[in-house]
Amino acid sequence: MTKIHSKLRIAAIGIFSLSTLIGLNSCKPKTAGSAVSGDAAQKVYVAPGEHDEFYSFTSGGFSGQVSVYGIPSGRLFKVLPVFSVDPETGYGFSEESKPMLNTSFGFVPWGDQHHLAVSQTNGESDGRWLFANENNTPRVARLDLTTFTTSEIIEIPNSAGNHSSPFITENTEYVVAGTRFSVPFDDADGDIPIHSYAEKFNGAITFIKVNPETGRMNIEFQLKTPAVNYDLSHTGKGPSSGWFFFSSYNTEKAHTLLEVNASQRDKDFILAVNWKKAEEYIKAGKGKKVKTNYVHNVMDENTHTATSTTINEVTVLDILDLEGVCYYIPCPKSPHGTDVDPTGEYIIGSGKLASLIPVFSFSKIQKAIQDKKFDGDFDGIPVINYEAALHGEVQKPGLGPLHTEFDNNGNAYTSFFVSSEVVKWNVKSLQVIDRQPTYYSTGHLTVAGGDTKKPFGKYLVAWNKITKDRYLPTGPELTQSAQLFDISGEKMQLLLDFPTIGEPHYAQIIPASLIKDKQKRIYDINKNNHKYVAKGEDKTKIVREGNKVHVYMTLVRTHITPDNIEGIKIGDEVYFHITNLEQDWDLPHGFSVKGNNNAELLILPGETKTLKWVPNRVGIIPFYCTDFCSALHQEMQGYVRVSPANSNVPLAYGTGDTAPGPKK
Amino acid sequence: MNLSGKSALRGITRIASVISGIALAIVILLPIWRIELDAPQYPEGLEMYIYANKLEGDVEIINGLNHYIGMQELHAENFIEFTVLPYILGFFAFWALLVAFINKRCFFYSWAIGFVLFGILSMVDFYKWLYDYGHNLDPKAPIQVPGMTYQPPLIGFKQLLNFGAYSIPDIGGWLMGGVGVMIAAVFVTEFLSSKKS
Repeated sequence: MTKIHSKLRIAAIGIFSLSTLIGLNSCKPKTAGSAVSGDAAQKVYVAPGEHDEFYSFTSGGFSGQVSVYGIPSGRLFKVLPVFSVDPETGYGFSEESKPMLNTSFGFVPWGDQHHLAVSQTNGESDGRWLFANENNTPRVARLDLTTFTTSEIIEIPNSAGNHSSPFITENTEYVVAGTRFSVPFDDADGDIPIHSYAEKFNGAITFIKVNPETGRMNIEFQLKTPAVNYDLSHTGKGPSSGWFFFSSYNTEKAHTLLEVNASQRDKDFILAVNWKKAEEYIKAGKGKKVKTNYVHNVMDENTHTATSTTINEVTVLDILDLEGVCYYIPCPKSPHGTDVDPTGEYIIGSGKLASLIPVFSFSKIQKAIQDKKFDGDFDGIPVINYEAALHGEVQKPGLGPLHTEFDNNGNAYTSFFVSSEVVKWNVKSLQVIDRQPTYYSTGHLTVAGGDTKKPFGKYLVAWNKITKDRYLPTGPELTQSAQLFDISGEKMQLLLDFPTIGEPHYAQIIPASLIKDKQKRIYDINKNNHKYVAKGEDKTKIVREGNKVHVYMTLVRTHITPDNIEGIKIGDEVYFHITNLEQDWDLPHGFSVKGNNNAELLILPGETKTLKWVPNRVGIIPFYCTDFCSALHQEMQGYVRVSPANSNVPLAYGTGDTAPGPKK
Repeated sequence: MNLSGKSALRGITRIASVISGIALAIVILLPIWRIELDAPQYPEGLEMYIYANKLEGDVEIINGLNHYIGMQELHAENFIEFTVLPYILGFFAFWALLVAFINKRCFFYSWAIGFVLFGILSMVDFYKWLYDYGHNLDPKAPIQVPGMTYQPPLIGFKQLLNFGAYSIPDIGGWLMGGVGVMIAAVFVTEFLSSKKS
């Protein structure tokens, strides 16, 4: 009896403690995934054959490329080669595209692509061009959105770490490029001690003029500034149009262990630049021509060939010589994002280490300048009084604010790296409206049209830096994760995770209708002015110039002309100049040669591309079409006979009846 | 009593003749026939427009595809029809206006019969053209399906391997058909009224 009793008691204690443990456990907040509500799947489902409503142009970070997604489906459409070689298409491998990756340092096969800007008219996206920055070897590229290809790359002199780029003005008058690293200017002696940073190093902010018709870029002028790090920027709009705002950090002027040494001051600065006024200085001839060395690479759509031109000087304005152009606005703790709301009145600075978000007022800034409400100067630049410029602060928004975008209802959305969330707040009232966790640690975020005068609202994508358990694991290296939110309601709703290419930083999301009907389907072969084009099989030939052999070749479903080639010798450099004769949509042909120390080519209809091949063994070398073009794709092939250097095998070539050999 | 006597045309016939003349002159500039092709790989479809003097549309793409099955390439310059057809149409248009001007029954009858004959001959010629195009295949063609021919329909729909071919008159063809129907109607009323008088 007692025995049974005590057993019961033990069981009761056991059950009690178990339920207590379970109870405690359920006190722990739920994490990942639990935030998704019922209709999320419906909202991101784009049925087979249907199109997405938006394009997202997403930076590739250390991949150097740009990727294109559909929103809301999160489907990846294409990776566009921009700053890195792409063996898949032959970008950087074909003779025509090699000049695109030329720099003043020579050929650089890789880049670090951070930010993007779609061209604007009246402060709204117009879908004509996409600008992309390169961080490592400072460059800015322009892509043509009718072909989704890189049209132009310009190198930025006197700079290092082109991070504060490629932000644009309201009518795409200028693309800016602010240097991250201050460095000695190109015309100065660079062989100096690194600890002379504060005295001998300078910052550069570059204004690249964009031709309104052709999009062609040229460096109009540079602002030379005292040494700091420039981080991000955004243009003014509406009332603040004519101004540009650049965040800066390291006003401590540290040259080592910046983690600590550049985080000492309570406030760094946002640099406000009146670029219209700077332009007047330039027009008045106040710019100084400074010796430098940078390249400008342009792809010609009719010759399908890029050229790289070296330019030896740049016009520089020293901001210490200017009146009324540059002002510093104090901003807490190493500001990162500098974002201007759609009305152009509010400027939001995001201190990476701050626990509040300052919102500055453009009209107050103007008034402070008028009333000379300055707290002295820093490096000779007037510092506007913080309170005088301030509209207000968002209190306790989260930890580690980085970037802010806007919707069409006066709300702002700020990403928080440290507290891993997106916070929605009202720009005027500075009240926090909603916060949603992100998985994990968001860097940039993008609202459709969120940095223009007319945001589309509707969707927000958080570009997260840490992935951990969000997908099936793939070893130590994981994809970077993007998260789509529906922001059409009062509360933000998490809809979708999708994996990305490289490491996305900033992105631009614009309506598909701005782009999709302007797509080029083929290149008109009648406009092909390539030096080595063969506009028809009867124009194919092989021309030997010493040891250089030029093969004028054509591809059409489903044969290669010529497909039998004899008389190639060791020591030759063979150039296959290949024209795709097709004039029909979605009919690229590929081309590859066995053992070629090179990539393949992907040649679009009406295009000519050149593949270099240096044969290094005697024998029969096959080549073939690599893109499954049609039912007889597998028949689309040929042979080259490679003979020893001293051989007498004559040059002979053909296809079918014209192939070398006994005639039937 | 009509002043021009027994052989004069009714007013309605003369108006119909003028309309026919103008319509036929316009037809010279319009597509007469249209062939539409659909295939799984061509969701957007391919179209060929046959004018009096030329072929328009995706002719080069169709030629490119047809080489697989050994069909001849279509080039307007290889067909005498594209040279003479505009003149024949012009001739009939001019004749129609003359009919109204000269105002003689026999003149109208001969024109109407001539036009109908021309219409029938054109269709016979078009059919022969399609027959030759679909049957006279290159014996070395990569794709050879025993017993398969590729004659597109004269009018209507036909499945040819992976392609569905749909052949219909285009605006010029409808105009010509309309002229034919109108002429037939006035021909009958003219004939009946001549019997009465």
